[in-house]
Amino acid sequence: MNSRMNIRQLLLNNSTIVLFIVVFIIFGIWSPLFYSPENITNIIKQAAFTGIVAVGMTFVLLTAGIDLSVGSNMYLSVVVSGLLMRSTGIDVLPALIISLIVGTLFGAFNAFCIVRLKIIPFMTTLGTLIIGRGIGTALTESKQIDFPEKMNDFGQTLFLGIIPMPIVVFALVMLAGYVLLTRTQFGRQIYAIGNDPEAARKAGIDVDRVMALVYILCGFFAGLAGFVLVSQLGGRVDRSFGEGREFDAIAAAVLGGTSLFGGVGNVFGTFVGALLIQMVQTGLQFNLVNLYLQPMVKAVVIFLAIFFDSLREASQKRLKRRFIRPVSASTAGGD
Amino acid sequence: MTTPLLQINALSKAFFGISAVKSVTLAVHPGEILGLIGQNGAGKSTLMNLIGGVVPADSGEMLLKGKPYTPRTPADANKNGIAFIHQELNLFTNLSIAENIFIDAFPRTRWGMIDRVTIKNKTRDLLQAVGLEIAPETQIERISPGERQLVEIARALYQDAELIIFDEPTTSLTARETERLFAIMRQLKEQGKAIIYISHILNDILKLSDSLAVMRDGQLMAHEPTAAFDVNRMIALMVGRSIEQLYPPRSTPPSTELVLDIHGVSAAGIVENIHLQLHKGEVLGLFGLMGSGRTELARMIFGLDPFEVGDIRVEGVALNNLSPQSSIRNRIAFVTENRREEGLLMNIDIANNIGLVALPEFARTPLLVIDRRELLDNAQHMANTLQLKSGNIALQNAKALSGGNQQKVVIAKWLLSRPAIFIMDEPTRGIDVGAKYEIYAIINQLAAEGSGVLIISSELDELIGICDRILVMSRGEIYGQFGRNEFNEERILRAAFRETAAIPTGEKLPTLDEMAEGSAS
Repeated sequence: MNSRMNIRQLLLNNSTIVLFIVVFIIFGIWSPLFYSPENITNIIKQAAFTGIVAVGMTFVLLTAGIDLSVGSNMYLSVVVSGLLMRSTGIDVLPALIISLIVGTLFGAFNAFCIVRLKIIPFMTTLGTLIIGRGIGTALTESKQIDFPEKMNDFGQTLFLGIIPMPIVVFALVMLAGYVLLTRTQFGRQIYAIGNDPEAARKAGIDVDRVMALVYILCGFFAGLAGFVLVSQLGGRVDRSFGEGREFDAIAAAVLGGTSLFGGVGNVFGTFVGALLIQMVQTGLQFNLVNLYLQPMVKAVVIFLAIFFDSLREASQKRLKRRFIRPVSASTAGGD
Repeated sequence: MTTPLLQINALSKAFFGISAVKSVTLAVHPGEILGLIGQNGAGKSTLMNLIGGVVPADSGEMLLKGKPYTPRTPADANKNGIAFIHQELNLFTNLSIAENIFIDAFPRTRWGMIDRVTIKNKTRDLLQAVGLEIAPETQIERISPGERQLVEIARALYQDAELIIFDEPTTSLTARETERLFAIMRQLKEQGKAIIYISHILNDILKLSDSLAVMRDGQLMAHEPTAAFDVNRMIALMVGRSIEQLYPPRSTPPSTELVLDIHGVSAAGIVENIHLQLHKGEVLGLFGLMGSGRTELARMIFGLDPFEVGDIRVEGVALNNLSPQSSIRNRIAFVTENRREEGLLMNIDIANNIGLVALPEFARTPLLVIDRRELLDNAQHMANTLQLKSGNIALQNAKALSGGNQQKVVIAKWLLSRPAIFIMDEPTRGIDVGAKYEIYAIINQLAAEGSGVLIISSELDELIGICDRILVMSRGEIYGQFGRNEFNEERILRAAFRETAAIPTGEKLPTLDEMAEGSAS
């Protein structure tokens, strides 16, 4: 019975990898061309921007918070740099820096509302979702912006002659996220806060500071993701740019095992989650599945993953049950 | 004598006008273990929270090594060398042992990363000091409650704490883990640390402490070298006051007919082999210290938590698939310990609160529309019967009522469904004396009308005042039974503290030592 529990626990803890493998096999059986290197490169490339936002989202979710405004943030930071690029003729790199600054400030505003004004993250970021897109639409007078040609060239750049630029950025962000979360005090304190904010305060952690940094960082990654996406789209930004991307980001993180209740999750899982979402999307397109059915299939996959998350939560609650009397050694295990 | 490490002078603290700590003066010296005892609610925890910077004092002063000490936060207390090991441990289960110890200030490499080699080595040394042979990378989730306790101590050592406060550290430990903890406490004492040790296990305190302080009703009753105490004196000091006429007399005798029969209910790690029989018209008290499993048992009876073996019969019918819904159908009522969070809808009017449980009875027509008129009439009738002091019950929210009147609303809510069994968990907590009397009168009335009433309370006086019979729970077991003519505060307390087995009914109950052996093997 104990070993069956362990297998169940193992499957629950790695449900996304299991799901990933299952989906990967199904698409391959459906169409063997799915396994071609071009297609796989394509999936990773297209997963890049979702993955970048999802890394920021992972930080936020680890504190048991949420950031619904990342899609609007992507839009606003790209609009500002696009308008400046066209009006002043600045180069791609300064434009990138401007997008990052706008994204970071956007995140800082969220942080201010959440930490200082004590507005709950859900309401704060729901508000800035609307405000952000509103400002962007006002700036562009709701028209489409076309970036100069050099933006498109940037998106097509191959690093070392073979690796597409979005994949390089994606990899760097993953690495940065991994190092921050596992190797720095900031990262470990994020986990502590997600586990028990009250205990974190008692342990002398500056909870407000860590929380603020988390939302600022999430904003920074949203700005970066917006820029990567626009370079892939050939420099074209319309009014719906980034719309609904927050859900893909949240889904990717949760698929990757990040708990919405905080304290559980990691960047590798988020990477797998982002790839899984993109793989489902590309796979459905690849096999010419009815366009209207595609979102539904994607939703079923996300739903399954979140269902597994709740199963895992429930089994964890059972493990954390408070005992009054010592349980006999045979049932307690270990030692 | 040396200067005390911590000197407390006339320290006081009140919550909402009710004193929790009244002018306490106490000192603890380096290399001393100070035992602190008192009944639930005697003010021990509040006193420790004052020292640990969890709450600020109203008046009085604290001197740390002769200098004024006014902690504003727990972090302040830590910085001043005071570590507080709570009964509910303060660890992050998703992090490793090493990370938990260094969480507020990691040593870093020149790249700004956590210096993993250093924390691993330091943690290994600290764990060795507390006699824990586990890898520093082990996640807290994976270690036992006893081991977690030792990690907390390791953290206190790392912070260079000079005063370590232990708040009931042994409640979740096995006998072997407890022994190990005591050995470490003695070792810390040898190293010149001061320790304040709070426990309900009086023999442990006698064995371990150098001096002993007894609190009652927020006041310090005695503070002397431990040699001056024995268990009898400790209990006498904790109990103290005489009982006055605070309770309406029990006039109606209970019937011999069973209404609730619990047979051999167990849930691993929570309750063990519970036998409990409640008769019609009986007021049965369930006494036990906090964490003895009283509330957990009540939740199982009502179907809120599962149990593994045993059965529960109501009026002779065995129940299966217990749930709150089925319990309500079976006419069981449960007044929870926590009015504010579980018992009442604070922002809903009184009438709807009263009508909540019996709501299906007011549903009319196939669409089950609620008959508002009838609900209101019934609620008003109930409010009058219980002498509820409120405004218009259809307009005023439950939040606006005083504690005692809120409790009446909770009781009214259940009364409307005419229960055969009333389970009340701490029905008079946080209620003033006058309202308490009224609640007791209602309980009497319920019994007179034939309901069986099971009352859980940490106030022994109260149970002695109103019950026909008292059962004592300790560590998840029924550890003694007392009929009304055998009521004796000292003996009941002894049973709760497991000092001596109280009059066992039925089979022989194990002694403390047998228990300890049983759990160690």
